[in-house]
Amino acid sequence: MIKVERLTKKYAGVTAISNLSFEVAKGEIVGFLGPNGAGKSTTMRILSSFLPATSGFASIASYDVFKESLKARAHLGYLPENVPLYGDMRVGEYLRYRGSLKGLHGKRLHRRVDTVKELCSIKEVENRLIANLSKGYRQRVGLAEALIHEPDLLILDEPTSGLDPNQIRQVRELIKSLGERHTILLSTHILSEVEMTCTRVIIINRGQIEASDTPENLVGQIRTSGTIRLEATTGTDDPGSWIEKIPGVKSVTTSEEEGWRRCSIRVEAESDPREAIYRLAVDRGWVVRELAQERATLEDAFVELTHKDN
Amino acid sequence: MRRLITLLQRELSAFYYSPIAYVVLFFFLVLNGLSFWFAIAVLNRAPSENTVVQVFFNSAFFWMAYLLVFPVITMRSFSEEFKLGTIETLMTAPVRDWEVVASKFLACLIFYLSLWLPSLLYFLIFGWFGNRSALGSSGQLLAPYILLLMMGMFNVALGCLASSFTSNQIVAAMISLVLTIGIFFLTLINYVVNSSSPLLREITSYVAQLDHMDSFSRGVIDSRVFVFYPSMTFLLLVITYQVFQYRRWRA
Repeated sequence: MIKVERLTKKYAGVTAISNLSFEVAKGEIVGFLGPNGAGKSTTMRILSSFLPATSGFASIASYDVFKESLKARAHLGYLPENVPLYGDMRVGEYLRYRGSLKGLHGKRLHRRVDTVKELCSIKEVENRLIANLSKGYRQRVGLAEALIHEPDLLILDEPTSGLDPNQIRQVRELIKSLGERHTILLSTHILSEVEMTCTRVIIINRGQIEASDTPENLVGQIRTSGTIRLEATTGTDDPGSWIEKIPGVKSVTTSEEEGWRRCSIRVEAESDPREAIYRLAVDRGWVVRELAQERATLEDAFVELTHKDN
Repeated sequence: MRRLITLLQRELSAFYYSPIAYVVLFFFLVLNGLSFWFAIAVLNRAPSENTVVQVFFNSAFFWMAYLLVFPVITMRSFSEEFKLGTIETLMTAPVRDWEVVASKFLACLIFYLSLWLPSLLYFLIFGWFGNRSALGSSGQLLAPYILLLMMGMFNVALGCLASSFTSNQIVAAMISLVLTIGIFFLTLINYVVNSSSPLLREITSYVAQLDHMDSFSRGVIDSRVFVFYPSMTFLLLVITYQVFQYRRWRA
């Protein structure tokens, strides 16, 4: 659905993205991650034919976004960052305008406007001026607009930024349900969102791709910082000195709170000494309240991949 | 074609939904009313060979309204899109750049022309109740309006160009005002430059809007107007198109 080859964009000498290559297949929901200024929005703007690339090639639905821009745009629903809308229009009027601009008319336009209003639950504000809408509604109006012509591909630039937690959940559910019929490329800062909605993640940093994989695999790759948490009453024992004897344990830090010893145990990669710790606790007669492995999250992957040399 | 009509509808509704349109219309009507009242007052004072059409279209009130209206009409056309960021949604929809430029120009031109409609009513009412001979022939009434269309399209295109330069409406209005008034007074250069050459006179005569109106309101139609203004309008729109593309690609 999307094909990007050796894409480069320079602004007045500053390289925003360099030699970017990736593909998105039909039906995928791809999360586009990266720190601010990594080139996410630039890439999305090139894909939506808003900006020309300095060099390289990009296509949508096998139409070159520069040479066959009009055909490419017809297959695309794009939600820009900050959701620019005309404040002087009413919601329903805006959707009808955008629909007819995208080639819908007559009954079909009417039907599609009704469908997207339903889908994005903005029916109750259809007669309100866009200028008077809250951020959450604006976001959903933008999303409804992107969907109106049933595009094969949706490109959403930070669709949940500035929303409250309930709205984020609603938009996330919406995106998930859209994924059944559309291919989606979305950028976001909220990593849990990507873990929940995306089938694949592309992490870019300084205009280059750092990683491209499923969220599970990305998390799996960074087990290096594995930590085990233990909370127990150990009587007169010093738990640190006992646990450090277990093979695979690198170091233990202990703190005490109201009679409970809390140990943070750093272990070597690929090793899981939880069983050994349990046996030790049983042998020594410790009362264990918690024994858990701290899981690496996508956030850890993100930080590790993008923070290396900053 | 359907896209162009959709865009044009949107541009026109943006005009008529905004309060600015009615403020402009109000002051425009006040100035036109003054101009008409002035024309009748002048003709009542002493016997004159001039028709009411002639005096109306050559009064200071008329020219003031005419010159001030262009910046106000055109200032928001492109700058607003850049400022709101809606340029991004607009240009990622399947529309061609020239369609956007054409729709904005046409919407401004239609709004401009609609401002002159009430003044037609003045003359109709005058013809009803007043002295038919003081009105002149119907051709003499039509000619100034044809000229207003010709000069108007040029100045509207100039205003659209000014608006495409900047994201700030006020800056756009200032640029457009300076250009409009500068070109309007270009003929004055003949009085300033001592040894004004015939060539300079020839060149400035093309944009001598006061002279054009003088002859058109007498019913004398100058064919140069029909070539010069439409071709200059086209040129200005081509430049606007280029500036618009440049700014959007640099964004």
